[in-house]
Amino acid sequence: MTTEIPVLEPILGANDAIAAEVRAFLNQRGILALDVLGAPGAGKTSVILGTVRALGGRVRAAVIEGDVASTVDARRVAAEGLPVVQINTGGGCHLDAPTVQGALQRLDLAGINLLFIENVGNLICPNAFSVGAQRRVVVASVPEGDDKPYKYPDMFRDSDVVLLNKVDLLPYVEFDLPAYRTLVRALNPDVAYFELCARSGEGLAAWADWLLTALAAART
Amino acid sequence: MHEMPITQSVLEIALRHAQQAGAQRILRITMRVGELSGIVPDSIQFYFDFVSRETMAEGAELVFNRLPGRFRCRDCNTEYEASRDDWLCPQCHGVQVEVLGGREFEVESIEVT
Repeated sequence: MTTEIPVLEPILGANDAIAAEVRAFLNQRGILALDVLGAPGAGKTSVILGTVRALGGRVRAAVIEGDVASTVDARRVAAEGLPVVQINTGGGCHLDAPTVQGALQRLDLAGINLLFIENVGNLICPNAFSVGAQRRVVVASVPEGDDKPYKYPDMFRDSDVVLLNKVDLLPYVEFDLPAYRTLVRALNPDVAYFELCARSGEGLAAWADWLLTALAAART
Repeated sequence: MHEMPITQSVLEIALRHAQQAGAQRILRITMRVGELSGIVPDSIQFYFDFVSRETMAEGAELVFNRLPGRFRCRDCNTEYEASRDDWLCPQCHGVQVEVLGGREFEVESIEVT
């Protein structure tokens, strides 16, 4: 005698539940967290450091660094004087909410109001796993080519911010900027979109202003 | 590739519901998998055979009810179904499309004895 039991339970529900806990914890402490996504080499760490420099003394930032291996990024962040925790996924292709929840316990959050969670370099897997950040930011870069939103539409649809990095390389790379802008907006009409160069600092001020506005809104 | 932890979640959900029902064995697990969910059923099957060993779900049949990607074109208002490989509007080839459905990924039911 067999019985059919209805279940109707989301398979990523356990992760989503912990992501909700992380978000509540952050909200309670008045911390705005950004899940920073992008391909390997897009410049996620450089953008984070450039953003903190552009914000100057107006925020107190901390960083959670997610990588498959190494502490290279964490050392770069620590060298700038920012509190940082490195997570090595040991082959894992994404961060998930339980891992971030654990990392938050190891991070000194006193006085912090902005948290960057740098995800593993990957345009596919991190999309399915919420880490509990209030905003999702994709760092794309000019050398990756202008067709990436066609190929990884989910990542662009589900993000709040797209930062196109390495615009200083536009004269040297085949990249149709107007077509790219149109495509990003088409996939995500509400997205905040900025073009910048983390290395030179070009374009970072506008993005920093957007963040300050988001921070002010998070406090109210 | 994150099908391994996902498969463990499938197994955990199935085992929990089976235990709550006082079941002896899980014979079948039926899932709803949207075409845009990014889930690869073959990989789940592959890992399931491994992670379900020596549980009451060992040998269970996995059924994947695939749900199409559903889109609406913001330019010409056409509603259509498409795969993730070819999601442009079939009418006007526009890219201004909104996702209406196809990202489902859940355990729908289990069959137990």
